Amino acid sequence: MTLFPAILTQLLHAALLVALAPLLVGLVRWLKARLLGRRGAHPLQPWRDLRKLLRKQPVLAEGASPVSVAAPYVALAATLAAALMVPGFARGMALAPMGDLILVGGLLAVARCALALAGMDAGTALGGLGAARAMGFASLAEPAFLLAVMVLAMLAGTTNLDGIGAALGEGPAGLRLPLGLALLALLAVALAGNGRLPVDSPGTTLEPAMVQEAMLLEASGRHLALWEMQAALRLALWLSLLAAVFLPFGTAPADAGPLGWLLGLAAWGLKLGLLALALAAFEAAAARMRVLRVPEFLGAALLLALLGVVLLFLSNGLA
Amino acid sequence: MTAALVLPPCLLLLLAAAGALAGRWPAPAGLPMARLVHGGCAAVSAGLALLAVLALAQGGVAAALLPLGPPWAPLSLGLDALSAWFLLLLGLAGLAAGLFAWEREGAAPPRRLLPCPLLLAAMALTLLAADAFTLLLGFGLMSVAAWALLAAAPPEAGEGAEAGAAARHYLGFALFAAACLVPAAGLMGGPAGDLSFAGLRNAPPQGWVAVAVLALVLPGAGAMAGLVPLHGWLPLVQPAAAGPAFALLPGVAAPVALYVMARLLLDLGGLGQPLWWGAPLMVAGAASAVLGALRAGQERDTGVLLACSAIGHAGLVTLALGLAATLRAADLGPLAALAAAAALLHALAHGLFTTLLLLVAGEVRHAAGSRHLDRLGALVHAMPVVALCALLGAAAAAALPPLSGFAGGWLLLQALLGAWRVGELGFQLLVAACTALAALSLALGAAAMLRFWGLAFLGRPRGPRTLGAQEAPPVVRAALMGLAGLAVLLGLLPGPLLMLGSGAIAALSGHPGLAEAAPLSVSPSLRGSDYAPLPLAVLLGLLGAGLVALRHRLSPLPSRRGPAWDGGFQAPPPHLPFGDPATQPSADGFARPLRRMLADMLGGTRGGHPPPPPHDTGPARPEDGFRGPPRGRVPGFLATLWERLAAAAERLGGPGPRQGLVLGFGTLALLLLLLALLPEGMPGGPAP
Repeated sequence: MTLFPAILTQLLHAALLVALAPLLVGLVRWLKARLLGRRGAHPLQPWRDLRKLLRKQPVLAEGASPVSVAAPYVALAATLAAALMVPGFARGMALAPMGDLILVGGLLAVARCALALAGMDAGTALGGLGAARAMGFASLAEPAFLLAVMVLAMLAGTTNLDGIGAALGEGPAGLRLPLGLALLALLAVALAGNGRLPVDSPGTTLEPAMVQEAMLLEASGRHLALWEMQAALRLALWLSLLAAVFLPFGTAPADAGPLGWLLGLAAWGLKLGLLALALAAFEAAAARMRVLRVPEFLGAALLLALLGVVLLFLSNGLA
Repeated sequence: MTAALVLPPCLLLLLAAAGALAGRWPAPAGLPMARLVHGGCAAVSAGLALLAVLALAQGGVAAALLPLGPPWAPLSLGLDALSAWFLLLLGLAGLAAGLFAWEREGAAPPRRLLPCPLLLAAMALTLLAADAFTLLLGFGLMSVAAWALLAAAPPEAGEGAEAGAAARHYLGFALFAAACLVPAAGLMGGPAGDLSFAGLRNAPPQGWVAVAVLALVLPGAGAMAGLVPLHGWLPLVQPAAAGPAFALLPGVAAPVALYVMARLLLDLGGLGQPLWWGAPLMVAGAASAVLGALRAGQERDTGVLLACSAIGHAGLVTLALGLAATLRAADLGPLAALAAAAALLHALAHGLFTTLLLLVAGEVRHAAGSRHLDRLGALVHAMPVVALCALLGAAAAAALPPLSGFAGGWLLLQALLGAWRVGELGFQLLVAACTALAALSLALGAAAMLRFWGLAFLGRPRGPRTLGAQEAPPVVRAALMGLAGLAVLLGLLPGPLLMLGSGAIAALSGHPGLAEAAPLSVSPSLRGSDYAPLPLAVLLGLLGAGLVALRHRLSPLPSRRGPAWDGGFQAPPPHLPFGDPATQPSADGFARPLRRMLADMLGGTRGGHPPPPPHDTGPARPEDGFRGPPRGRVPGFLATLWERLAAAAERLGGPGPRQGLVLGFGTLALLLLLLALLPEGMPGGPAP
């Protein structure tokens, strides 16, 4: 009885996610361009790029191994699996019981490692540089991520995304300081995870500044299309995750029926749009950072999350 | 069943004797003696693994007294769930190492044949022991065997490290460990002197005795497990050891030391302890986890790199053990069981993937002539099967789902996330710090494993010798593939494994097994999140297959080959067939971002840009390195102790295996005598 709507919402979620993810990237780019006073490409441009790339013949570097061919599939499958577990417009989807925050982090790590290996495969200088930097940033982001998860787990009693959303949505309204601190920490982790720290510039190919793009220099044709889709899905995943945890209202239960789903869809779209606007505003406003400043940036995120955890300890002790 | 317990160590000792006398006898039936010994080791190890599985399924084998040993401490053997769990690791890793040695050490000289079966026998004796005396006897024998193994290594084995020095260094640590553990066992035995496990368990140490036991066992067993700050020997020993034992030392001997720690502190002494009982373990574990993983990402020698990674994983296991002890003291039984399950699962997974990766490093050294990352590269083309096995092992060590490293890491993180329920603010802060450090260690470990695999197997060849590499022979491939399969299997089936090992979890946590372990999933509590690796693997497989099918529909063009774009860098001249080597990331270059970001902050590194001479137009040459691990890390008194021991060992003549045995057994006998005398001489003890 509840199995059917769970599967149906899951399939709908998958279709929407795949359709919306490149659109979201295009939207962020367009918003950023507008904020900078430029006209900007149409938000549909990433979809057009993907179609064009799929038609082109991919070129593999001469020294490349099967890793270059297999890595984009592994990364995209892992990112897609993680994205399917994050609640979007509905709660209680078929894969929701597997939607654990630590597991999502692990699946994103699989995608990151696949990307880094693809960058190292041809034996080029920039690919290796990008891989080393990306793994370094990820190592620094991980403690902040786990402490933010700790805040959520203490508040909700579980690390399941559905459970956290439900617990935080039902709880008493009002500003909760530990939650706010965890939000700031998770925002920094999300920026690092998407290669959107202000050291990296996803729009340009300015070589010394590249981290994510440097690993993709040898990818072409459908391999590049797969990588771009993976990056788009990763952005959609992170924004959905932030929305599910910190803006848990409006999400429809799986068995709410088409009308409820439509309302949930509207809420989801609104939340994603708001977060995309915030991201574009941040990117337009933030000055570029030195690479060696990243530890301080992510260290600050760790500190905020730790502060949130300690506040919770203290309030639990007093209660 | 008692015969099944006595037989394997005896067979291994026989093999050791056969190995020692190999030079005097002709090879039987045309089979070289070395192959006979290593094949025998593999067979006995397989038997041990089978015995362990049977014991886990049936609930163990009761302890039986042997007609051996001194009258005040007769030897006894038994097999309960906890020892069976570690015996399973010993059996599986020993089997793979034996197969590897069958091929690669088939023509080893007799002096190198003695230590390997001896090491296995000693580890088996340690695990099969049913009283503290036998446990320490096995542990001491293990140290001696490992020392003999190092001393017997061929001089050319050490690339830049002198084997003899490493052996002497190891001996210092082993003696320190024995000097800590023997008095600890004496203290636990108390005035009654009953050293059997059952007797010890009924009278756990209390008051200042408990403090002393903790202060002795943690450094004693920790030194052999490679915990910070007593980890100095593990990276040093690695370049010097030869044969498959270089894989067994960090892969199995270190987990056996963790077993000794878990047995003495958690199983025998864990009942009714105060809340702080596990805190020192957590601190030592978290520090080892971070420093080991950090250093693994900086080392250039693959063997040393993997030994450092083993330090990191041993740290994670110790962290989980300490957490289990504290949660048990706080009466949070289910959570303690979760932490204990994390410790057991990660110890087993770590032992297996570390052995796998070290065997891969050995095979790569054989094929490509070097263990140095700066002389490898592009091996995935020459040895694809080895590369695939190494990839699976490295991914497991990097804690990527759904492989074995992630399952243990997930359980550990869940236990840490739930541990705030203890309610003491100081402990909660410790838990928060340990959570951040465990996460950092897992991420750093992933970066280190990526660097290891990527630099060794991907890219362009860094030296002409790499081109001569060939795929491993079938026996070696079988050993590696078996271990790689286990790295996947353990990750997919944590639920059934933990159900099988519920007795071991109960021994460590005092709570009967993990409550929420189902065949397909594990969960920290009824309300908590599920981790279901098998469905996850199916999902990933379906998605991957779907993507591949879709690609055939949407983008049917086959790919073609072309020169690397390399950011527009110009093509290399013809005299550089693999391009300019300087344009490929080196071992140090790949480690540099993390070093600049983190390692300098945590200390232990030195580096900088020396000012170039005037008018120098060459590239900047940063100078990096780790401050010398052995003396910088060992406290002062230990350094002097080590110096004295080294001098004493030197006076005994060259570090031959025979002298090593004499010295080791002599020391052991002395310390055991001390053990026998100690309860009487103890202040506050009853009058005799």
